Amino acid sequence: MSVENLTLGRIEAGQVVPELAYDVTATTVVLGALASRDWRPMHHDKDFAVNRNGVQDIFLNTPNQAAWFERYLTDWTGPKGRIGKIQFRMKASVFPGDRMVFKGTVTRTGTDDQGCGWVDLDVNLSVGDRTVTDCTARLAVPTDDDDNPWQRRGDAWQPGQEPLTPGR
Amino acid sequence: MSEELPAEVEGWIGEKRYEEAGEFPVEMGYVYTTCASVENGNPLYWDEKVAQDLAGGPVAPPTMISAWFRPHFWAPGRTEQAQPLQVHFDLKEKLGLPEAVMTDNTITFGEPVRPGDRLRTHQLLRSVSTPKTTKLGSGRFWVIDVVYENQNGEHVGTESYTGFGYRRDS
Repeated sequence: MSVENLTLGRIEAGQVVPELAYDVTATTVVLGALASRDWRPMHHDKDFAVNRNGVQDIFLNTPNQAAWFERYLTDWTGPKGRIGKIQFRMKASVFPGDRMVFKGTVTRTGTDDQGCGWVDLDVNLSVGDRTVTDCTARLAVPTDDDDNPWQRRGDAWQPGQEPLTPGR
Repeated sequence: MSEELPAEVEGWIGEKRYEEAGEFPVEMGYVYTTCASVENGNPLYWDEKVAQDLAGGPVAPPTMISAWFRPHFWAPGRTEQAQPLQVHFDLKEKLGLPEAVMTDNTITFGEPVRPGDRLRTHQLLRSVSTPKTTKLGSGRFWVIDVVYENQNGEHVGTESYTGFGYRRDS
């Protein structure tokens, strides 16, 4: 299988990650909840969601949202992209019938003192004009075609390190 | 609300609590179901050769970290278990704050998680703020880390939650 991988030199602050749109169904919500072993009824039982939670329908659970963000970002980087850190602020919910849209912008690139290349991004999940979740993410990407963030172990992997040597 | 933090709560800060092992080893079945649920075609998870070349063998998507610790829906003879984020509920109770919200959630990922791994977790209270008043009510903010390690004691991830426990202002 031929696989494309973005390298650090091809990424710069302000760069936009191609948008991802997806039409959510009840199956999306239920499959996502079960995949993340979340058996709570508001993610599969509409009657419970409406009458107990007071919302319109079952809704996407947070761990599955994390899986969506990861897919969105690694679709862009290719398989060498390795997620280091992700932060969420949940504001609203995603329901069946919603068209969810992921948008991302690079805020910073750089390398740490181990030579690992990092990309910081702002990512937004929205439905129509409603922001569902704001997320900031840090991904390791290869610095050149021979580099591979997945081979970093122990001290060579420091996703929290600051400051970075600025990239482009 | 008293400015002073109860001594018991003060003692929890920085203390490893609620150490637990996952109920089953990490396995590819949930990896495929997770990738299918978000239509993630990353060959790292679907193509054994790519996994071997890039990561020295199969790995699980990092964001699955918390899934490995959610208890089975039912298990024979099970007794009461600690809730995920039990420290959060302990704080609400000890500080007499009946309501709580999570304001943000950060996950930092460590060593790759691999099929067959037996993961362990513990909870760590990082900090509790002085009393604060927000539009929700009066209470305190706290930061709780849920730390995950593999069977070799290597760090595989930390989820850090900021919570605000409060009492509605009457």
